[in-house]
Amino acid sequence: MLTRRSVLGAAGAGLALAGGGWPKLSDSRAAGAPVTPGVPAGIADAATLETLPGKKPLIRLAYRPPNYESPLDYFRTAITPNDEFFVRYHLSDIPDVDAATYKIAVGGEGANGQTELTLDDLKKLPAYEIVAVNQCSGNRRGLSSPHVAGVEWGYGAMGCARWKGARLKDVLAIVGLKPEAIEIAFNGADGPAFDKTPDFIKSIPVWRAVDESTLIAYEMNGAPLPHLNGFPARLIVPGWTGTYWMKHLISLTALTKPLGGFWMNPAYRIPVGMFPVVARFVSQENATSTPITEIVVNSLITSHADGAKVKPGNNTVTGLAWDGGYGITGVAASTDGGKTWSAATLGEDFGRYAFRPWSFAFKAKPGKNTMMVNATNKIGQTQTAALLFNPAGYHNNVMQNITLNAA
Amino acid sequence: MRAIAFAVIVAAAALVALPALADEPTIQLKTGPGLDKVEGNCGACHSLVYIQMNSPFLNAAGWNAEVTKMIKAFGAPISDGDAKDIAAYLAANYGT
Repeated sequence: MLTRRSVLGAAGAGLALAGGGWPKLSDSRAAGAPVTPGVPAGIADAATLETLPGKKPLIRLAYRPPNYESPLDYFRTAITPNDEFFVRYHLSDIPDVDAATYKIAVGGEGANGQTELTLDDLKKLPAYEIVAVNQCSGNRRGLSSPHVAGVEWGYGAMGCARWKGARLKDVLAIVGLKPEAIEIAFNGADGPAFDKTPDFIKSIPVWRAVDESTLIAYEMNGAPLPHLNGFPARLIVPGWTGTYWMKHLISLTALTKPLGGFWMNPAYRIPVGMFPVVARFVSQENATSTPITEIVVNSLITSHADGAKVKPGNNTVTGLAWDGGYGITGVAASTDGGKTWSAATLGEDFGRYAFRPWSFAFKAKPGKNTMMVNATNKIGQTQTAALLFNPAGYHNNVMQNITLNAA
Repeated sequence: MRAIAFAVIVAAAALVALPALADEPTIQLKTGPGLDKVEGNCGACHSLVYIQMNSPFLNAAGWNAEVTKMIKAFGAPISDGDAKDIAAYLAANYGT
């Protein structure tokens, strides 16, 4: 039921938008966008390359809320530069956050006390750096067959950066957790355009919150976070999908009961038992579904798009491989449709949560050549040959099988 | 009462839509019955490109489920009549 109050609230939200931290588009818009083959025809037609402030052109899937993915050719290095990093928001009221007045509220009924941290407070805590992949849960949703509703991402809703910040466990230790605390919930400064829309609030289990890799990052690749990647500070949950990497972090709440709300259930759920994930979020599990947690092992050919032209003879295909933090141990490539496989050469190791570059030299025969790639991680997981269909289009790690035309 | 509620809803849509961002790209959806309700309601909270993006693979039941989700899960203040017209427009113009 709409009330005068909610109308005013909605209008207020709208006005806040107009004056807030909205992307101002550059005048130089490139026509057409190199969308991933296989995404729905509607977005293949509508997507365009667009330059947001402080960014190189990204593939615009939508402006409000903003969802922009990185084109394939931005993935030729293990570290994704800040200006090439994808942008993903659920809700469209995105305020500019003033670093001088910014605070993170820490407390909750599962904590022994409460406090507020400024950005300076955060920077006074011991600083840690970690190179980690931030991948949207829905990356490659657009390739689901059959298609499923949502933001129709191709390959580019991911990036890998060197994050610097304070450990979440050190921040939680300031207030202290009660033994009965089970989840840490968090919110960001962004909110809905309409006040009846549920705010984007998420939680992680306490064991994951106090893991040494979990950071509140205020630097990305040696620079402050870009506004559209969560300035001034965001949560970093290495190995887990981006839904937990709260941008513009403003609150941390220790809970003794599971967090409810749309964004925990039904959103961001996978069918129980479908994927070989190790990390569980037990307090949120039910008989049929469980929250998405760690990233599944995956790889991407980044030197060539499907259908690319090559010269007959010696060629090198390069790409990236990554997983949920166990570490990539090998990448295999096949030029005969998967009958035989050869090891690709792994490149520089930036740590177990990072993109691992790889390269594979092969001799192209005149005409059509095929290239398949399959990554393996330290616990023996590999990519799948066929899609594990699920209603939200998550965890698509189907081995690529691209065509390279030699002429 | 119903008329007043409807007026308030229209006003809400207008108030939210009006401040829209000078830079927001204009999305021209297909012309058809119900387009005005799609623009007024859906466009209040999100770019209309989300409709194009999710096409053409949803059938009438799929689009109806999306409209229902916007109302039930996201709290969109859409009247029953408008919801019906919106779902019909989406199925006819962006459905399978």
